[in-house]
Amino acid sequence: MADDQRLAQLKDIVSIYLPEDVSVEAIGKDSSFVNELNINSANLVDIVLDVEDTFGIRLENEDMDKMQTVRDALNIIDQKLQDKK
Amino acid sequence: MKRRVVVTGLGICAPNGVGLSNFCNSLIKGISGISFHKDLADLGLGCQIAGKPEITESLKESYFTALQLRGLNSSGLVYGVMAGTDAWLDAGLDKADRDQPDWDSGILFGTGILGIDKLRESIYLIDDNNARRLGSNSVMQTMASGISAYLGGILGCGNQVTTNSSACATGTEGAIMGVERIRSGKAQRMLVGSCSDSGPYIWGGFDAMRILPSNYNGKPEEASRPMSASASGFVPGSGAGAMVLESLDSALERGAKIYAEVLGGAVNSGGQRGTGSMTAPNSQAVQRCILEALMDAGVKKSEVDVINGHLTATSKDAEEIRNWSEALECSGEDFPFINATKGLVGHCLAAAGSVECVAALLQFREGLVFGNRNCQDIHPDILKLVDASRIPQKTISYQPKIMAKASFGFGDVNACIIFKDYKEI
Repeated sequence: MADDQRLAQLKDIVSIYLPEDVSVEAIGKDSSFVNELNINSANLVDIVLDVEDTFGIRLENEDMDKMQTVRDALNIIDQKLQDKK
Repeated sequence: MKRRVVVTGLGICAPNGVGLSNFCNSLIKGISGISFHKDLADLGLGCQIAGKPEITESLKESYFTALQLRGLNSSGLVYGVMAGTDAWLDAGLDKADRDQPDWDSGILFGTGILGIDKLRESIYLIDDNNARRLGSNSVMQTMASGISAYLGGILGCGNQVTTNSSACATGTEGAIMGVERIRSGKAQRMLVGSCSDSGPYIWGGFDAMRILPSNYNGKPEEASRPMSASASGFVPGSGAGAMVLESLDSALERGAKIYAEVLGGAVNSGGQRGTGSMTAPNSQAVQRCILEALMDAGVKKSEVDVINGHLTATSKDAEEIRNWSEALECSGEDFPFINATKGLVGHCLAAAGSVECVAALLQFREGLVFGNRNCQDIHPDILKLVDASRIPQKTISYQPKIMAKASFGFGDVNACIIFKDYKEI
């Protein structure tokens, strides 16, 4: 349940960065941000900042390097939230 | 023979009018865009008035994507994108296909400093040990070439895409550089223009130099007084102007409307020698620049019938008039009609040249010479050289034939461009 909610929140974040010809429906757990969703790699840093703001966590450079797909992002968010507890 | 160059599109984001029709209406009626700004007063600046285009959020949304609007804090960029895009569409041109740039079209869009508010925001974050929070858009909004880069991406231009900077001569210089590129056969079309941010961080430095009026805060619309005996400094302004320059062949082939032909132009510098300095023009250089522009254009001195001056509303206005008079060897009633757009919009700094070129060019379309606001009391030194009838107080009906427009900037740099009424043959 928490997973679905987080996916929805992540979709909200990512949607603004999608090129015109990629729809929100195209975002799946296995989607690669750059290769499949065609998000400009420069915008990955903005997605990271939005994730930080939305979930109240802080991501480091190595987290960002690992964040290739939507699933990667969800795992990192999950880990950071666990660490916070 | 040189390739002929014409103007096929105009775009404007000016303090007294956003969009061509609003701007043109303000020029005809002498409507001022100068107003009081509380933020300048709160910061204790001497000059608390300025010219600033009014842009609604909903208007911005028609030029920028939702992503581009996020964290957008660069007023010059907003003005420039609006004016540049408008000029492109006004010329009847389309944005390039998704996959293929338009190799024959380039952009030369100048500025002084871009995105100073974004820069300030970024500096605060960095000083707070928080550089990582800048995100991806701080660089592109604050690099000088951000304006040509944004326009390049929106329009898909594949020729030269660059930014020039020569203080208050920027806009006029850029137009001349665009003409040269088309003449040389390296481009068919060049979107040229310039933009300037608004706000205290742009204008404060000029206030510190005490060259802005401080005694008009209660009557802003009367403050900008080019050629007036009571001129007491230039009113700071902001905005953007843009022109599509195009080879005559390309314009005719497309069946594009033509505002005017650009016969030529010249740029030079007084080298900060003689009467010239960082802040004052060398009169000899100004006159040479005017003469070289005429020579480049293949126009006789006596053929110039309308001038749009640099005329900032400082003590230098009389000197500028003397330079025109000596360079063109004419005076009294023989002097061309002359006007100063700054009386209505203030001094738009890096945007001044392009905003004023657009104003100048609209006179061809309208068959008018726009009136001069706030110079009922023409400076006596100017009246010694020019008959008052040549400085229309109100807009007059007159079809310009050959128009000279000049801009001068800090660093002792000059630019003069020559436009001609275009008649279909």
